Amino acid sequence: MSTATTHAEEVHAHAHDHEHEHHEPNFIQKYIFSEDHKTIAKQYLIMGILWAFVGGSLSILFRLQLGFPEMQLEWLRPLLGEWIDESGKLDKEFYLALVTMHGTIMVFFVLTAGLSGTFSNFLIPLQIGARDMASGFINMLSFWFFFLSSAVMFSSLFLETGPASGGWVIYPPLSALPQAMPGSGLGMTLWLTSMALFIVSSLMGGINYICTIINLRTRGMTFTKMPLTIWSFFFTAILGLLSFPVLLSAALLLIFDRSFGTSFYLSEIYIQGQALPNMGGSPILYQHLFWFLGHPEVYIVLLPALGMTSEIIATNARKPIFGYRAMIGSMMGITVLAFIVWAHHMFVTGMNPFLGSVFMFLTLIIAVPSAVKAFNYITTLWKGNLIFTPAMLFSIGLVSLFISGGVTGIILGNSALDINLHDTYFVVAHFHLVMGSASFFGLMAGVYHWYPKMFGRMMNKTLGYIHFWATFVGVYCVFFPMHYTGIAGFPRRYYSFTALGNGREEAFTDLNMFISIAAILTFSAQAIFFWNFFYSIFKGKKATQNPWNSTTLEWTTPVEVGHGNWPGEIPAVYRWPYDYSKPGAESDFIPQNVPYSATPESNLPEENEEIANEKAIESLLAAQNESYNR
Amino acid sequence: MNYLIGLLSVVFFILAISVIAKSMKLNKNLAQGDDESTPLDSSNNSNAYGMLIFWLLGTIAGVWSFLHSLPDFLPEAASKHGIDTDRMFWVSMAVVTFAFFATNTLLLFFAFKYRYNKNRKATFYPVNHKLELIWTVIPAIVMAILVFTGWRTWRDITSQAPSDAVVIEITGHQFGWYVRYAGNDDNQLGNQNYKLIDETNSIGIDFTDKNSFDDFTATELHIPKGKPVLLKIKAQDVLHSVYLPYQRVKMDAVPGMPTKFWFTPTISTDEMRAKLNNKDFNFKLNCTEICGRGHFGMAITVFVDEPADYKKWCAEQKPFLATNPSYLEKVPANLKAKASKYIPAEPIATDSTATAAAL
Repeated sequence: MSTATTHAEEVHAHAHDHEHEHHEPNFIQKYIFSEDHKTIAKQYLIMGILWAFVGGSLSILFRLQLGFPEMQLEWLRPLLGEWIDESGKLDKEFYLALVTMHGTIMVFFVLTAGLSGTFSNFLIPLQIGARDMASGFINMLSFWFFFLSSAVMFSSLFLETGPASGGWVIYPPLSALPQAMPGSGLGMTLWLTSMALFIVSSLMGGINYICTIINLRTRGMTFTKMPLTIWSFFFTAILGLLSFPVLLSAALLLIFDRSFGTSFYLSEIYIQGQALPNMGGSPILYQHLFWFLGHPEVYIVLLPALGMTSEIIATNARKPIFGYRAMIGSMMGITVLAFIVWAHHMFVTGMNPFLGSVFMFLTLIIAVPSAVKAFNYITTLWKGNLIFTPAMLFSIGLVSLFISGGVTGIILGNSALDINLHDTYFVVAHFHLVMGSASFFGLMAGVYHWYPKMFGRMMNKTLGYIHFWATFVGVYCVFFPMHYTGIAGFPRRYYSFTALGNGREEAFTDLNMFISIAAILTFSAQAIFFWNFFYSIFKGKKATQNPWNSTTLEWTTPVEVGHGNWPGEIPAVYRWPYDYSKPGAESDFIPQNVPYSATPESNLPEENEEIANEKAIESLLAAQNESYNR
Repeated sequence: MNYLIGLLSVVFFILAISVIAKSMKLNKNLAQGDDESTPLDSSNNSNAYGMLIFWLLGTIAGVWSFLHSLPDFLPEAASKHGIDTDRMFWVSMAVVTFAFFATNTLLLFFAFKYRYNKNRKATFYPVNHKLELIWTVIPAIVMAILVFTGWRTWRDITSQAPSDAVVIEITGHQFGWYVRYAGNDDNQLGNQNYKLIDETNSIGIDFTDKNSFDDFTATELHIPKGKPVLLKIKAQDVLHSVYLPYQRVKMDAVPGMPTKFWFTPTISTDEMRAKLNNKDFNFKLNCTEICGRGHFGMAITVFVDEPADYKKWCAEQKPFLATNPSYLEKVPANLKAKASKYIPAEPIATDSTATAAAL
């Protein structure tokens, strides 16, 4: 359907007025220090994929310890050196370092940068009809700050004292005192440096996303005609913009405590035979600051995944998303509530119990919009005509994981129940399903769905199906049983469970072994994706312009999208993005850029009234072009 | 273990083979070129049936594994509030399991039932406000009920400890727990200061406070059954967390900020041993806040005694001052007389090292 391009070419055949296109960028400008949002998106994606393999392999290492505590790991010595102790086991501190770095990498580098960075960059200009981001330069800086941050974090893996090891939440005083554990030395300094750079990157990205969505929508693209993906990126960027600075301040105060002798988080500490002079600080302050980002962060990784899933499910169910406005409303509700639930991570940290009550109420409210979203997805499938592309499969998987992980949030959000479950494997199971796996599935769905637009080629579908089923089954096998060890009270971040006493560590030996094997297989299955992804870039089947018969604007661009996205005029938008299987229409989808006047056979009564507005929308063209020539 | 590595390498090998096989097929497909208007392929029905099979196998695996693990969950709660929270846990669990099962069933079943059929068109069904209202309100009501019961229990658990509660101080450090009792005479814990810590006085008991004189320390936690127990929780170096799995007690230990948790144990160690038919059974106190290398092993044994036994055990304990008389020096002159009555007539031999450390 090249309606847009042809339409534009007819009317404005002369229109080739973008400065950008006059000079051909050289290799460095095109692929390395690129200001093109599509290239930046691909850079984020490839970094994200590489990080995911690093983060995943770290988890396999500690799963070896948990699943096979007796196992001889001498064979890993060439890789890990002294981190394998004399008895051929994983070093106990290194175990904590693995847990910490796995969490940090997955949450920030894979699911924040890899997911939001990739798809916000790629889809915002394409789906709202913009030539590029509001500021291509800041966008480029954003990626390179992320790259720098990645380099710093990666280098910390090679320190003799190990990378940061105090858990991904790096609670002080453990993270503040190098004498408390070796990982709190240089490793922690690098962690904090890397995170500071990461926050800068994320803020520059976020500002760009928000500005672009507000200012650069094509003519006719009102807020209520935006695809849900764009809404989700919009809310994600707002969440990040308001919460990441708080993490930065938490990190800065920690840097002061570590290096300049302040006492923001430190008080009355006696360690290694020495009483420290610090007085009056509060470790709880850090936890409040951290979780003020930490909780919104959950939605920063989840909302883009949910947004993309909405798009993919509607497209492949050949059916409008059910409750478009309710979907926006629930995302808005989640965004607002995300800021006022953070202390449910702190019910048993010694925080005033009254505060605990307040946060329990607020936390359980957030379950309502989440439930609405799940119901809406299910209703969208109802009476659809489902095409199971790999992206669709991953989207259905996401909904399943979102529900399965989400329901246990109702248990953990209840402060009375959290007493026993806090910091056990129940929590690990909960957030790995709802946040880790669901977001990861969103990432995969997005890659499979928009790959043709990114690289002009198709990924192999059969490999996609195998990848999906292996991952879907695998993820459930890994994380579902963790609920059981959690109910049994097994604490997380334990090197071994012998100290629980009474032979209880033996209760779940088999289960832990099962989890580890499942984790190894699931991780190995990602090699299929890795192969499929990189092979298809060069050798994949050539994509068509709109391979999924989708309605949104990105599919009106040429197969090989050039700089500026549309060779002619940017198409105008006349309708919402979900006109699938509209009664009366000949085709089972009507793209957003098709005016109502062209589809009298399928228009609803209120849509016929909108025909009158089409002239007004078209008359905005001059102003829109003007904005790019300034 | 070599067997396992072998197994894994076989798996990797199979994966590699399948990848290569598929990619060869992919190359073949390349030659065939484009075909139809829908992105449909022959696997659509297989994937739809996959959803159904996944549902079926998942349900069987879920039920079986739950029943299989049931005996290994924590045994019944050994404290008053633990009985309440356990009941609430299983009720909430039933509610969410229902929601989990129902929604996942619908999701996978719809995915199967509405798989692509070229003779059918999807129903254009963009909105239904009534339906949306229903499924906003129902979760909201269920949530409100769960929150309200949860809040009442939470309020009771975190309420002020009864005045007759047995007060015990627990101090976490890398990597162990110090236990201090209020003593047999005044039932008051004396002051404590981290700057007074030395090799012997590892908690930093302040002997300028007369309440400290009868305080005694222990390496295990003894608590009386059926009496409210108030734990005053402290940490010396980094965060720790007091976790009594059977009593369903958990509270962080925070340097510079004392925390507390009170509860009433309901099952004594002996009763639990009889119940589990395990003579060696012991309650434990573990750490659940990451604190460094020894985190996972940071545990002490907990004894829940019958009240009479507990009294007897307390009476047998000697005040810290009695075992370490050199600390009498630290007592201010006006309280010396009061403190001296805890000092045994003959100085104890262990005393010399303590003095050296104190100096």
